[in-house]
Amino acid sequence: MKSGIPIEIEGLSKHFGPVTAVDDLSFTVEPGRVTGFLGPNGAGKTTTLRVLLGLEHASAGTATFGGKAYRDLSRPLETVGAALEADFHPGRTARNHLKVYTTAAGLPSTRVPAVLEQVGLTEFADRRVGGYSLGMRQRLSLAFTLLGDPGVFVLDEPVNGLDPEGIKWIRGFLRSLAHEGRTVLVSSHLLSEVQQSVDDIVIISRGRLVKSGTLTSLELDAAPRTIVDSPDRLRLAAALDQAGLDYTEGNGGFIVAEPDPGSVGHAAFIGEVELSALHRLTSGLEESFLALVNGGEE
Amino acid sequence: MSMPRAIASEFQKVFTTRMWWLLAILLAVYVAFLAGGLGAFLGWAIENPEAAAAAGGNTTLPPGLDLAPLLYSFASSIGYVFPVLLGALAVTGEFRHRTLTATFLAEPHRSTVLSAKFLSQLVVGAGLGVVAFAVSVGSGAAALAGFGLETNLDTSDTWALVGRGILAMALWGAIGVGLGVLVVNQVAAIVIVIAFTQFLEPILRFVASINDITASIGQFLPGSASDALVGASFYNIASLGASEALEWWQGGLVLLGIAVLATLIGGATTWRRDVS
Repeated sequence: MKSGIPIEIEGLSKHFGPVTAVDDLSFTVEPGRVTGFLGPNGAGKTTTLRVLLGLEHASAGTATFGGKAYRDLSRPLETVGAALEADFHPGRTARNHLKVYTTAAGLPSTRVPAVLEQVGLTEFADRRVGGYSLGMRQRLSLAFTLLGDPGVFVLDEPVNGLDPEGIKWIRGFLRSLAHEGRTVLVSSHLLSEVQQSVDDIVIISRGRLVKSGTLTSLELDAAPRTIVDSPDRLRLAAALDQAGLDYTEGNGGFIVAEPDPGSVGHAAFIGEVELSALHRLTSGLEESFLALVNGGEE
Repeated sequence: MSMPRAIASEFQKVFTTRMWWLLAILLAVYVAFLAGGLGAFLGWAIENPEAAAAAGGNTTLPPGLDLAPLLYSFASSIGYVFPVLLGALAVTGEFRHRTLTATFLAEPHRSTVLSAKFLSQLVVGAGLGVVAFAVSVGSGAAALAGFGLETNLDTSDTWALVGRGILAMALWGAIGVGLGVLVVNQVAAIVIVIAFTQFLEPILRFVASINDITASIGQFLPGSASDALVGASFYNIASLGASEALEWWQGGLVLLGIAVLATLIGGATTWRRDVS
């Protein structure tokens, strides 16, 4: 196993004619951690990864593995394992698919059965990939990343199309890779898909960075809040002002920047306001993710 | 160091899907049908000139015509479309099935990959040439021997022709790579191969042979150059009047030139583009 090296994106831009897919993007992905690369579809995640892997040319900036561009790596498959959208020749078996690239990379042919075993495809290895389900293709993509036992993993939407069992499996897989000190960058358009397995997050929207940091820092942004509503919103607002609570008005009532519903209820009691709703705002992480992402679209 | 690996990988790509043996079987059947069938018909016509004339057959073959090299060369004069197709598919298949991503991840130096395709398809084309000539010599000689005609199997000329024919098939494989990287759309590439080899070029060669000036240009058509390299073709009989032909080595250089030029142009354009 090779030790992880950081992925460094610096001032990266990519234009397709008049369209800017990636706009002056900078972030670093550290070894020993799982980093979620998040953003809605079309945010520029795949483009960023393709530039990083030397498949597309950057319009400006650099994307490197410890300072080296992908094409300058002396043994690329043994340094970086990358799985992009799962595409295979439908007439080739999984075993032969892996053999072709094992040969090209000069790896020992014993790696093929080893990685097939690792992703649980051994019994389907001699079937043509054309008959594979989406989940099996995802596993074959992962098998490809494992061929060179690399220290860095770059995975584009690896959870897409997996069944619940597969999702559980890949979470454990990502955790164990990071635990071994490897660098893991995994993209997703849904925070909830990767929330349980990532340490760090990089969120982009419309090609621009909107947030990068630890998952905990996003959780802090999403500090629990309280929803409160009343048939008489004017009096409720006065009561909240009286108590010195910050709030914003939403469709379902006021969102109060106060984690304890009891304090909000007390403020209403003091102000003698009838309440029709009072509860904690849950699922704050996904909401703050969406808020960040939508903020970037304006 | 990475070049031999890339070539080995390209061979694996060819031999791990079904296309190569499908095309090899089609090639063998096609060549056997023409070389054996035409050999049997012409053998019968030579043995029974009155019957052939009575049947209205236009079989006034030039006197002293050597049937053997004509029949044997069907392997390349008709069969060359198969190595071109396989060579083109080696490139366009990567675009069509979007396997270029994995290919370039395993070998990020794109020129190494393209060179490996070029060299491996030379060998694959030669392999198809061996199949085609085994069939054309086998079925052609059997037909000739059946009518007691000369098979020429004991002359070195015949085997030199076979050798040059295999070389021509090898070069056609490389031309296929060049075409594939120029026209990366698989359907378009196949249509171009079929349309050019089966319709356009035969017509051009026929038209070019009408007068001396066009004939001197027509000899540089890839099919003409290939026949010049091999040294025999049914076209030499089918075309009208005196057709000019290149020396065999000139024909070989024309084919090599087309293959290298197309591959270089494709390598500098489509092959360098973003892979998405």
